[in-house]
Amino acid sequence: MSDTINITLKVWRQKGADDKGHFETIPVKDVETHMSFLEMLDTVNEQLALEGKDIIAFDNDCREGICGMCGCLVNGIAHGPLKAMTLCQLHMRKFSDGDTIAVEPWRAKAFKVVKDLVVDRSPLDKIIQAGGYISANTGGAPDANSLPIPMEVAEKAMDAAACIGCGACVAACPNASAMLFTSAKVSQLALLPQGRPEAAKRAINMIRTHDACGFGNCTNERECEAVCPKEIKITNIARLNREFIKASIGSDVM
Amino acid sequence: MQLESKVPSGPLTEKWSKYRGEQKLVNPANKRKFTLICVGSGLAGAAASASLGELGYNVKCFCIQDSPRRAHSIAAQGGINAAKNYPNDGDSIWRLFYDTIKGGDFRSREADSYRLAEVSAAIIDQGVAQGIPFARDYGGLLANRSFGGAQVSRTFYARGQTGQQLLLGAYSSLSRQIATGKVQMYNRREMMELVMVNGKAKGIIVRNLITGEYESHAGDAVLLCTGGYGNVFYLSTNAESCNCGAAVKAWRKGALFANPCFTQIHPTCIPNSGDYQSKLTLMSESLRNDGRVWVPRKKGDKRAPNEIPESERWYYLEEKYPSFGNLVPRDVASRNAKQVCDAGHGVGPTGYAVYLDFADAIKRDGRDVVERKYGNLFDMYLNIVDDNPYETPMMMYPASHYTMGGLWVDYELQSNIPGLFVLGEANFSVHGANRLGASALMQGLADGYFVIPYTVAPYLASIYGEAGQVKEDNPAFKEATQQVDDGFKKLMSINGNRTPDSIHRELGKVMVDKVGMARNEAGLKEAIDKIRALRDEFWKNLKVPGILDDFNKNVEKAHRLADYLELAECMALDALTRQESCGCHLREESQSPEGEALRKDDQFAHVSAWEYTGFNKEPKLHKEPLVFENVELTQRSYK
Ligand SMILES: Cc1cc2nc3c(=O)[nH]c(=O)nc-3n(C[C@H](O)[C@H](O)[C@H](O)COP(=O)(O)OP(=O)(O)OC[C@H]3O[C@@H](n4cnc5c(N)ncnc54)[C@H](O)[C@@H]3O)c2cc1C
Ligand code: FES
Repeated sequence: MSDTINITLKVWRQKGADDKGHFETIPVKDVETHMSFLEMLDTVNEQLALEGKDIIAFDNDCREGICGMCGCLVNGIAHGPLKAMTLCQLHMRKFSDGDTIAVEPWRAKAFKVVKDLVVDRSPLDKIIQAGGYISANTGGAPDANSLPIPMEVAEKAMDAAACIGCGACVAACPNASAMLFTSAKVSQLALLPQGRPEAAKRAINMIRTHDACGFGNCTNERECEAVCPKEIKITNIARLNREFIKASIGSDVM
Repeated sequence: MQLESKVPSGPLTEKWSKYRGEQKLVNPANKRKFTLICVGSGLAGAAASASLGELGYNVKCFCIQDSPRRAHSIAAQGGINAAKNYPNDGDSIWRLFYDTIKGGDFRSREADSYRLAEVSAAIIDQGVAQGIPFARDYGGLLANRSFGGAQVSRTFYARGQTGQQLLLGAYSSLSRQIATGKVQMYNRREMMELVMVNGKAKGIIVRNLITGEYESHAGDAVLLCTGGYGNVFYLSTNAESCNCGAAVKAWRKGALFANPCFTQIHPTCIPNSGDYQSKLTLMSESLRNDGRVWVPRKKGDKRAPNEIPESERWYYLEEKYPSFGNLVPRDVASRNAKQVCDAGHGVGPTGYAVYLDFADAIKRDGRDVVERKYGNLFDMYLNIVDDNPYETPMMMYPASHYTMGGLWVDYELQSNIPGLFVLGEANFSVHGANRLGASALMQGLADGYFVIPYTVAPYLASIYGEAGQVKEDNPAFKEATQQVDDGFKKLMSINGNRTPDSIHRELGKVMVDKVGMARNEAGLKEAIDKIRALRDEFWKNLKVPGILDDFNKNVEKAHRLADYLELAECMALDALTRQESCGCHLREESQSPEGEALRKDDQFAHVSAWEYTGFNKEPKLHKEPLVFENVELTQRSYK
């Protein structure tokens, strides 16, 4: 029932962080358009494996757009041409017969290439470790309904909390900034009453760590918002800036 | 072998508080002398690592992904149960316990299931304190919904991303402990061996998935929080890296594997579309709250769904089970879907799909209400199938989803290997032969936040003199590393002509056909023969290109498949020896005259725990009898 197309892949191959890397051209025939992009790569890899060649390394896990593990630049766009979608959700029916498709890893100073399309995103974890939490030890929490939170506030916090930490925002940003990522967590927690006590310290520490990891500054290019698979809004960055300024003026944690 | 469940004495409702009151404690100054190894960073592993770090233990946490935040728990959509009774609709700890044990078809321990229900409410409190944005009502209080098979609304949710939000909550607590240095996190590591010294679990060997190097890690206890083995079916709703490796390593070292044939087949997944298919996507079963399941009454009816008039639609669940309708438990929904498709009523290109229709819900509540509840699921479906569920009914078919079986543990979550604890989906403890929807998240977090911090203490107190004594220079680590390396070299040297995926796909077909929802003696025997043949094929004809000392997905896949090929046979054997229908599974020889599943409590009210006896050797069965003092064993009826 599904159609097939022939495509040409230009895939980035790089043995490790110290290798220079290059594009490899691989013609791929009879791609079923019902396949997902990653299933297409699977079939290419099956073929390479049978030929005894090194397969294309790429990260993925859930294959349903929620774990944030997958992602590369497809024709220069993080996660490919469709809005609000991770790479694993992209289907081959979005491509045409004869297309040439360039596939590259996230490119950012803070993300070292591990192999081929795989990069090291551990700096994102470091930003969270710097303050992306509420200090609530297991056990002492009051009854969940003792703290009513207006539905609109909870919904807004949820919008920000939807971030999957894939790193597309960094890859899309001309400054390789991770401000959208950072602001999503700061916003989620700043919006909620539980998060207020540590809001000032959180904003400052997370931004400091962001900078120390080698991510660039935000200069309002909005490229991050355009590629974010979860449609995290840059209004979160504005909120982060407000929190940061509030914290810088009014606090002793600087 | 005597299986000692260590369930405390006394009335059911007081066991856990009695246990907590009487168990030995490790005093705060001594906690820092112990190092605990936690394999896995899903709900169970992240919650355990964070909580144990907060208590002052040193924790080393390991995961396969590049960040603990990406564990498979992240994919859970629907919700998490808790006996809060916020809606005032009659829920209670007892009712949640009863639903769990009844839903599991009376194949779990009363005390373990009761404790789960008892701690459930605290999970929601903890989540809110962490800043999890659960769904709320207009008044600002938490919202609840009813979920697969429950007659009360006890399920909490965060849009269709409940697992994500719960995991990110646990991950945030874990991150805080990583920052304090109490937890050391090791990403992109896969456990390759359990290291035992003097009969106790004292460490693990892991493979660094970037460099291929082996690393030794010693500790005073090992916690396996490594998830389920649903990928034995190849096509499942699980993430790619879900594996049975850690559990199988422990099994080979003497830990018993309990009830491996108890797996859950989820009724609402997007059907298979071709041989390239790498996974099946789950559509949350919360959809069954508002969607109506039907197939054409006429066999082989190829008309588009919108052209089939109401009178020719067969709402088979509503007809057969008037009081539960579309909300019958998963196994009943799955089995009925298979039956109607086998009988020729199935829809879609393969004839193996049923409709899940939202037209009535949209008419009743309006499109925006439906969109708010299920928007992201509908988008997901549209993208994968290229069909708009607001206009045409979804197509659904059952798929492997969850594994109730797992390593055998006692009330303290300790396996029969001293010092080896097992948490979350990786153990077998609370769900019996079938798990209620929204109860896996609850169990993972209960085990991690609220059970293990108490139950690990008596063991540690009993080995107090040994704290920190076994180090990585112990010869056991060198020996284990050598064995791991020999195993990998053997895999690489086969040099045949089949990729791991091609063999795995074949294994999956055997498992789905013969060891799935409905099974019989002849089929299971055939399955065992086929699995053995595939294992032979694997060891004779596997091809793993590339080198070991590298980021090499084929090495990972081949190694995981070797473990699946051993566990698969044990699953089939377990199914063969359990000559009753129970939980998710219909044993075709054991049916009532009306064709409903028939349990045999006089013969099978026990846990089947399998001991590994060697490669290509039949495992040995041990039984833990299940004693029911508080509930009456009834045959389930959802009519
Ligand atoms: C699509 C989907 C939807 C679901 N929806 C719901 C729902 O709505 N409600 C509900 O209650 N349940 C749901 N479930 C079930 C539930 O999500 C899981 O049972 C639960 O999250 C398992 O948690 P866990 O912590 O035990 O394991 P996982 O989350 O699977 O974590 C396993 C961890 O172990 C690590 N690991 C595994 N093997 C190794 C190894 N060999 N070495 C090192 N590390 C290893 C992994 O990296 C990972 O960190 C759903 C499941 C699926 C598949
Ligand atoms: S693989 Fe999980 S988001 Fe793509």
